[in-house]
Order: sequence, then structure tokens, then C-alpha cells
Amino acid sequence: MNPKYETVIGLEIHAELSTKTKAFCACEYSFGGEVNTQWCPGCVGMPGTLPTLNKMVVEYALRLGLATDCKVNQRSGHDRKQYFYPDLAKGYQVTQADAPICEGGKVEFYHKGEKRSVRLTRIHIEEDTAKLLHGDAFAGTLLDFNRSGVPLLEIVSEPDLRSAEETKDYLEAVRMLLGTLDICNCQMQEGTIRCDVNVSVRPIGQTAYGTRVEMKNVNTFSGAMQAVTYEANRQIELIEAGIAFPQETRRWDEHSGVSISMRTKENAADYRYFPEADLFSLSVSDAWIADVKQSLPELPVAKYERYRGMGVSEGESWLLVESPEKEAYFEACMQIGGVSPKNAANWIFGLLTARWKETGVSPQESSVTPVRLCEMLRLIESGTISNDAGKTVLDALFASDETAAEIVARLSLAQVSDVGELKALVTGILEANEDSVTAYKNGKSNAFGFLVGQCMKASQGKANPQILNQLLRELLD
Amino acid sequence: MFERMSATELARLIHQKEAKPSEICKAFLARAKELEPKINAFTALETEAVLAQAEVLDAVTITEDTPVLFGLPFAVKDNICTADMPTTCASKMLRNFCPPYDATAVARLREQGALLVGKTNMDEFAMGPNSESSIFGRTYNPHDLRCSPGGSSGGSAAAVAAGMVPLSLGTDMGGSIRKPASFCGLVGYKPSYGAVSRHGLITASGSFDQIGPICRTVSDVALLTAAIAGYDALDSMSNPQFVSDFSGLETFYVKGKTVGIVKELFGEGVSDDVRAAILATAKVYESLGARVVEISIPELAYSLPVYHTIAMAEASSNLAKLDGVRFGHRSESASDVDSLYINSRTEGFGDEVKRRILIGTYLLSAGNYELYYKKARVLWGMLREAFQTAFETCDFLLTPAAPKTAPVYGQKETDPAVLYVNSICTSSMNIAGLPALSVPCGIDSEGLPIGAQLVGRRFADADLLGLARVFERESGFSNPVAEVK
Repeated sequence: MNPKYETVIGLEIHAELSTKTKAFCACEYSFGGEVNTQWCPGCVGMPGTLPTLNKMVVEYALRLGLATDCKVNQRSGHDRKQYFYPDLAKGYQVTQADAPICEGGKVEFYHKGEKRSVRLTRIHIEEDTAKLLHGDAFAGTLLDFNRSGVPLLEIVSEPDLRSAEETKDYLEAVRMLLGTLDICNCQMQEGTIRCDVNVSVRPIGQTAYGTRVEMKNVNTFSGAMQAVTYEANRQIELIEAGIAFPQETRRWDEHSGVSISMRTKENAADYRYFPEADLFSLSVSDAWIADVKQSLPELPVAKYERYRGMGVSEGESWLLVESPEKEAYFEACMQIGGVSPKNAANWIFGLLTARWKETGVSPQESSVTPVRLCEMLRLIESGTISNDAGKTVLDALFASDETAAEIVARLSLAQVSDVGELKALVTGILEANEDSVTAYKNGKSNAFGFLVGQCMKASQGKANPQILNQLLRELLD
Repeated sequence: MFERMSATELARLIHQKEAKPSEICKAFLARAKELEPKINAFTALETEAVLAQAEVLDAVTITEDTPVLFGLPFAVKDNICTADMPTTCASKMLRNFCPPYDATAVARLREQGALLVGKTNMDEFAMGPNSESSIFGRTYNPHDLRCSPGGSSGGSAAAVAAGMVPLSLGTDMGGSIRKPASFCGLVGYKPSYGAVSRHGLITASGSFDQIGPICRTVSDVALLTAAIAGYDALDSMSNPQFVSDFSGLETFYVKGKTVGIVKELFGEGVSDDVRAAILATAKVYESLGARVVEISIPELAYSLPVYHTIAMAEASSNLAKLDGVRFGHRSESASDVDSLYINSRTEGFGDEVKRRILIGTYLLSAGNYELYYKKARVLWGMLREAFQTAFETCDFLLTPAAPKTAPVYGQKETDPAVLYVNSICTSSMNIAGLPALSVPCGIDSEGLPIGAQLVGRRFADADLLGLARVFERESGFSNPVAEVK
């Protein structure tokens, strides 16, 4: 990308809510149901049907709004967005135009290890459309109404993002948040989270925004990155070539990796928004807000920061945030106590995860329970066994129901920390490897490693490495 | 003889085992079949199937717990969904539309064991004052076949007036129950907005529309309303607090009550016969101890634009679902999606419907929304408040249901004063969501029925029916079945 320019990005994310029933009727909905099996007369826009609001949709909107520090509009409305399209059963979509349920707020996330914050314009409730089916097995286009009326939250951000990578991290953060709040399945391939991407560019240093282009139909996170990069480059090339371009809506074609013009501002669709007269305006009580606020779980960024504060590495802190089962396992270890969080996380995401994956066992079903793991970790942390011996103990823990201490005793894995005993061993090794000793003294530092290895081997891996190192240096220098 | 009785009498006969459902049904169906060619009240009329159902009911033992409307035939306007009959809205657009469900009002009547005999004719999508824009042709007034029965629920009114059915349901978006009831000498009642579920009502304007009864007597109206009204979870506007208890109908007293005659609805344009009948109605109440006062609601000046702006905006939106894709008329000349929409809608809708869709679309278009719709919403609130203020000094309002009696087909009304009063005297009550009813109060020089409109406080529906019942009892007006000549 041309370094003279800065990209400005804002997103409109549509998250499909995982409520049991649809937004305005009692139809149950789950992804993957047989075509046209999840609908009622209302879902197909049959004359004479009326909408009734699903309270859980409001509850979910409040969860997200309060988790992102939004201002909740205690009185909000429903509006009709009107246009003709075969997947739009009623000829309008029920949404919130004038008064969304939530306004303001922010989403915090980490980008390249640094904390960032994107301001939210609004979060509002709306309904999904039916799905058009094009196929080889039949002529023409068919409609699947299962998705018609499924609740969505639209999360509109301010133009606070500056790069494709940052856009992806923001999207990941929103996905994680929706998952933590348990309001969306966040399956891209199921289309439960989709977005429209607004992109403009401007010369670095300029404060006014450039001409904005909205890209629709962005269905994957990697697609969002590609779309941002493609569109920014397209705009920069036009500017560099001195060609003016209009404010417009373009369709992102993920397959060919290009954006295609749909309509310019002059031809913008007139949606003829007006209040949905078949629904009452939506009122949210103080008590309801307080209830939802109180029931909010610990949010991903806060959790991440807590783990970092405990000394867990950056990568493993995010892994904990993203994998609830391992997080629960980890938290159980912390409850038991006496082990370092960093060490516990290392073992959990190292050998244990490999083992669980290999055997298809979940952390919660693991025969190496947090109690048994902690017993082993304490033996390492107290210096009773080496880290290497720990691996042997872990294998044995998986193979039997012995305790770590029993295994250490049975396999005599206890570390040798007796200085006299180790000194005799080191002396013997130095005598047997005079060449290496000479090499070391001539400045070949890797000879030291070789000698450590020889000592370790002679002790069958049981020598305490710190003491061993210390003795070697003493005797060599 | 059954076909000349009120529903209340018929219900008594069934409960006292003096008549069987099939006997009653047979009498009505015979008359309906005989008169239908002259009146054209129905878009669909079941005879064999209903008789078979009635015979099944004959075998049921009548007890104290047998519902009031058990075995009584009824008809509903053809914009109210019925699972076993088409629901056409008298439009080519829905000519073959068979909903898979019953409207809540219909379902509640069926639960009582009442028998649906037919769907009644109407103006296309309930848009019209005369019941003449139907694809099934005009409906004629049983009292004078040259005349319109009024609209848009003209079929429901004509069927009851002619004795083809004892009970019927109409719908009232701006007077569509009260106008035909007054033109046909019947009691027509638009309940408070939120009293009767709109689930299953195909409406052009959900903000104003209510389902309500058109019957021969106030008692019949109470009987039918008690069955259909009350909370329904399928209509968000349905009021959970509304209680449809009309047991105090015969013991309502008007003494000490204040009845207001609305100046703005009783001026120029109201015919002499109608004026005299309304004043006579007021006298009856006065003689019983009520205070009759003249009041002014100046905000009624905004009623016409508010009503048309909101109703047409909603019509343009509510009818958008009729696009030829899923149900309703589908053009055979379409070559792509756009022409499917355009051709289906061009062929499927009649002129008045198209006119309202066009105007409504215009009113909501970018720029116009603020100019028209938004202002209408503000004035709408103002009108509601104005009525509330009126009800601080009055308990009820009294107005004509229409400035003149039933019009002769072909004689178009041109007097703007008549047209103005005609359109606002009933629709204002829809704007305000008030319960309003038309009760027969006289006959004009041509022998045509005159109706008085009584209006009550929101959700004081029981009192309103009580007030109407007092007049019916004291005035001595009987409403014989029309001798169709």
C-alpha cells in the first residue's frame, strides 16, 4: 500500500442471535434445519399475521450494549425498512431506525499487543431475511424461509480502524465478546456473523475523511481484510491518477477478490422508513438493566488482562480466553493452588492439550484431573523432579491412577540435588572429556552445553540442572 | 320465522331446547340462497357443509355450560382469515388465497360452536364507502335495492339486514362498520382499539382497524363482542387489561351522565332528517336524566389529513407483501423479478387500492416523510389529547353516523360539506382509538334508516353498549328484517 495514505475503516456487523425462537414469532430456529421446516404464516409474510416481540432478543441486545458501555435508550422503537426483494417476505424489514436500543459505547481489543478501542455508534435489533437458493438440481431460484425473522443485532462502529489487520483483530474481539455473552454462535460458515465494511483513504496528516465506499456481502474475517486492502488500493490508485470517484455502495466478491459497484449515493435506495405500527415502542426498565448488568460474565479483554497479571504468557492468556473448557481446567488448578499460573498454563497448552487432542478426551473428562496435575507441578516447582522428569510422570499419570509422588518413587525420578554427589559426577565427566574442556577454555562456548549434556546423561536425567550448571562453571573457570 | 329473530332470541331457543341448530341454520341458509342473487352480500356461501356441521351439533346435549353462541350461524367480512374458506379482500390479488389459519375472532366463535356460513362482500381491501369496488360486484341495500348498503363492510350489514344470517363481523378502519350499519338499520360497533385481536385481519392500516360486530340489536352486539374480545398474545396491540364483560347491559343508567354533541360533526352537510333524528335521540337521553351539551373539538380540523396520511402510508407498506412471489395473484407475463412485481401488482389491484398505495409511497419517500408523515404523527397525538379533554366534561359523545342516509348507486355526492362530515365523523374515532357504535335512530323521508353514532371513553366499551341499549329500549325502535323488494 502507498505509504502516503491512511485507510479509515468502519464496520457494520450483523450478528445472528442464538435465541431459541425468532424475533417476532414463536418459531424455533436452528441452523441446518431441513429447508422450509422452520416457519409460520408470519415468517412468510402471510396476510393477516402480526409481529410479537421476543423478549429474549431485547435481553441479548442489553447484554451486548451493557458489555460495551453503551447508553441504553429506555424507550426505543421499531421501524419498517421497505424494499422489494424475493427474500423479504413482508416487503419490509423490521429494524430500529430512529431510536436504536443502544447508542455510544466502545469495543476494546488488542492489536499487535497494544490495547485499542473502537467507538460504537449504535447497536440495534432487526430481523433476518429468507435465503435464496440457487442450485444445479433445480431450475430458477427457490426460497428457504427458515431464516426469515431470525433476530439480528447490528453493531455499527465509528470509523476508528486504520488497517486490514486491525479490522480483523476488531472483528475477532467482537466475535469473542458475542461468544462470551452467549448470544451468538459466531459461525462464519453459517453466516451467523456478517459485515458491511466502510472504507475511505486520506493522505496522512489530513483530518477530513475521504470519499466513503460501503462494501456489502463480506462474509468472512479474511474476506474483510482482503476487501479493505483491495478497496484502499483501488481508491489510492484513482486518487493518484487524479480520477474522482463517487460515494457508493459496492458488493465484495470474495471469489474473485474484487469489489463491484452496486449503486451510487445519487441512486441510493429510498427505504421509506417509518414506525412499525403493529408493535409497541420498546421500553426497558431500570431494574431490567440492573439485572442484565449484574449477570454479565467477565469479558474477554478483562479476563486476558487478569491472566497477564498472573504472569501467564500473552499467547496462552488469549488461548485461555478463547477455550472455555481449558479455562475451566486452568481455573480449577488455580483453586487448588500451590502452583504457578504460568507453569500451569504451559503444561495445559503443551503436553496436556496434545494428549487431549490425540485421545479425543475433553479437559473435563481427563483422567489427569487438575488435582493430579497440580501434585505433579508442585513436585517440579519444589525441585523434587526436573521439568523433563515431569513429562515422564505425566505419561505415567495418564497410564495409571497412581499419584505423581508414587510415580516419582516407583521410577526413582527424584532429582539429585546433593552437591557432593553431583560434584563427584561432574569431576568424572570433565576428566573423561578433556578435549571439550580445552575447547571451552579456548572460548568455544558450545562445549559447555556438551558437558552439561554428558553430566545429565550420566545422572540419567536426574541431576538438578541449576546446581549442575553452577558446579560446572565453578570447576571449569 | 327464525330468520326474523335476533341472535339473542335464537340463543335462548337453542338453550331451552326449543330449536335445533340445524333448523335455525336451514332457515337462514334458505333465505340467503333466495336473496343472494338480488343482494350479492357474499363472496362465498357454504350451505351443504354448514348444514352437516349443524346436524352434528344437534346431537350435542345442551347444558348450563353450553356456550351462548352454540349452533348459531354467522358470517364474516372477507378480509378476516378463515382456514376453510378463501379470504379474498374482494380483490383479484387474493382471489385464490386460502389462509391456513383462522383469525382469532373467528377461532373464538368456532370454539363456542357458532357456525361460519360465509364470507361477506366488501370494497376491495376495505377501501371504499359503498361496497362497490369488489371483484365480485356491488352489494345492494336490502332496504332499497337501488341503494348502496354503505361500506366497506356492506356485505356483512346487508346479510344481517336481509335476514340471511343473524350475526356478522365487519372491520372498521374509518367507519366501515358504523356506516353500513346505519345505512342498513343495524347496530354496528367498532370496539376500542386493542379490545379485539387483529390477528388474522388483513388490514391496510393496522393503527386504526378493529374487527367488530354488525347485528340487529345491541344485545346481539354484546353477545358477539363478549365472545371475540379480550387479550390475544398474537396481537401486540391487544390490551391485557380489557375485560369484555357486558353483563351489566340491562342495568346501565344514563341518569347524571353527560352526552356531548360535537359541534364540528353536526353542522353544515348534515341533512335535515338526520339532524332531526339525532336531536330526537338526544331528547330520549335527556328525558332519562342525562345532561346533553354541545361541545367543540376544534382539533377535528386536522382529522382528515391526519387520517389519510397515516392510513395511506400504512396501506402502501402493508400491501407490499402482495408481490406475486409467495401468494396472491402472480402475473403470467413476467420475464424477471421486477416485472413479476410490477405486472402482478398492476393486474392484481384495483384503482382505489393503487391510488392509496401510490400516495402512501409518496408520503413516506425521502424528504416527504418529514413534511407529511411526521407532522401527521404529531397532530395524531394532539387529536387524541383533544378527545381526552372532551371526555373530561362528557361521558359520551353523540354524532350522526353519516350526514345522509344510504346513497343511490350512480348518484355521486358532490357537496363538499357532506363529503367532509361524512369522512371525518367516523374516522376521527379511529384516530382516537375510541369505542364507537352506530345505533338505528330513525327513518328518513325515503324510508331509509338513519344511524346515531355514540362514542365512549377508551375501554369503557361496556358503558357504551349500555348507553346504546338504553336508547334501543326506550326509543321503541325495532329493526325488522328488510322486506327485500
